[in-house]
Amino acid sequence: MSGDIELTTPLTPRAIGPLCAGQQVRLTGAVFAARDAAHKRMAAHLLMGQPLPVDLRGQVIYYVGPTPPPPGRAMGSAGPTTSARMDPYTPALLEAGLAGMIGKGSRSAEVVSAITRHGAVYFAALGGLGALLSRHITAAEVVVWEDLGTEAVRRLEVRDFPLVVAVDSRGNDVYATARFPYRQD
Amino acid sequence: MDVREVDVAEITEAVRRLCIEANTELDPDLLDAYARARDNEESPLGRDILGKMLENAAIARQEKLPACQDTGMALVFLDLGQDVHLVGGDLTRAVDEGVRRGYAQGRFRASTLDPVTRKNPGDNTPAVLHLRLAPGRDIGLTVMPKGFGGENFSRVRLFPPAAGLEGVRRFVVETVDLAGSRPCPPVIVGVGLGGTLELAALTAKRSLLRPMGRRNPDPDLAALEMELLKAVNRLGIGPQGLGGRTTALDVRVDATPTHIGSLPVAVNLQCHCHRQASATL
Repeated sequence: MSGDIELTTPLTPRAIGPLCAGQQVRLTGAVFAARDAAHKRMAAHLLMGQPLPVDLRGQVIYYVGPTPPPPGRAMGSAGPTTSARMDPYTPALLEAGLAGMIGKGSRSAEVVSAITRHGAVYFAALGGLGALLSRHITAAEVVVWEDLGTEAVRRLEVRDFPLVVAVDSRGNDVYATARFPYRQD
Repeated sequence: MDVREVDVAEITEAVRRLCIEANTELDPDLLDAYARARDNEESPLGRDILGKMLENAAIARQEKLPACQDTGMALVFLDLGQDVHLVGGDLTRAVDEGVRRGYAQGRFRASTLDPVTRKNPGDNTPAVLHLRLAPGRDIGLTVMPKGFGGENFSRVRLFPPAAGLEGVRRFVVETVDLAGSRPCPPVIVGVGLGGTLELAALTAKRSLLRPMGRRNPDPDLAALEMELLKAVNRLGIGPQGLGGRTTALDVRVDATPTHIGSLPVAVNLQCHCHRQASATL
């Protein structure tokens, strides 16, 4: 949509600071794809004091387990998975420098508070619209843990990827507020 | 009556084809429901999202891409005519082989794995096969790839009879409210009333097979469906949980007899990417 805020990765504090929950954003650049199994492994690394195989500082993680790409395409269907399942692992990753996350659905209070503490941001992508979002992914390669299959960590190049700021760096949470104007109790 | 012989290879082929069709071609009646919701949605962002859902379905069909990357567990509902004699092999294996071929050929995601080791065999088998006998010589087949965005927020509860329909209403609305943004709203809500623990859940699941826009033929249950749809859409959750009037596209309620001492209720949530394909052999 015209009028959307345009952002590029890696994300700087200067780019994240002005973002407000509810704003529509178009994201361009490299993001890392990782979901349940990769989060479990990353958390285990951090717990044992080992460095992560990917430097997350300033980076964005997209919670996605794509379908295999058809011939001649970078990516199959690739919409977000439910972010809440990554909540237990997220504060440690933010501590390790992660700047942004892309997923769908609300986060725990612990995650919202860690986002505020680290000046990070959480974006909502369009759940269940994997075919449409596939068009905004121009390249993909597995960077680590290929044995995880669809759950391997991939480096994706996204272009004009449509997002909504779901939790901004001040802790404003669109999922906590968006329903109230339309709620009829 | 003569017995009809059917080679299970025919079932394999039908399951393969239906897996591909279900994942890449959304039902036109579902798309009509998206369009109607878009026209009635008050939230500008909600309208934008409902429009993008239509766009996504068109891209999926045109490019033969799965509409959603969560191509789900493969649920196969097979109604076997009792005058059919299956030959050529094991039915369960034939169904799994159809899923294996359909998911490989369609390049769909293999999401089915061992719950303990979390090891993924990589071919999305086994299918979840719901088999029942029916009169006649036909084989009815429906493939429903079930994503777990919705499945994970489904609930079942065995109420005491004193809870009554009021308890049921509260439970259904509360289930959708607690799920909030996470099951990919606007959802379709399947409610199974009565039965036992497992029958209530299966009844809720089977209600999702009903064609879009069709009400329960029982007028009381039809009234309950409409009342629940209204109540759910007053929650304000909206498309993607980003606010709006369209939290559910439909609510279906199916009932089966239950025990004098219980009132079982299962609520099965289905994401907006409601996929299924059927055939009769």
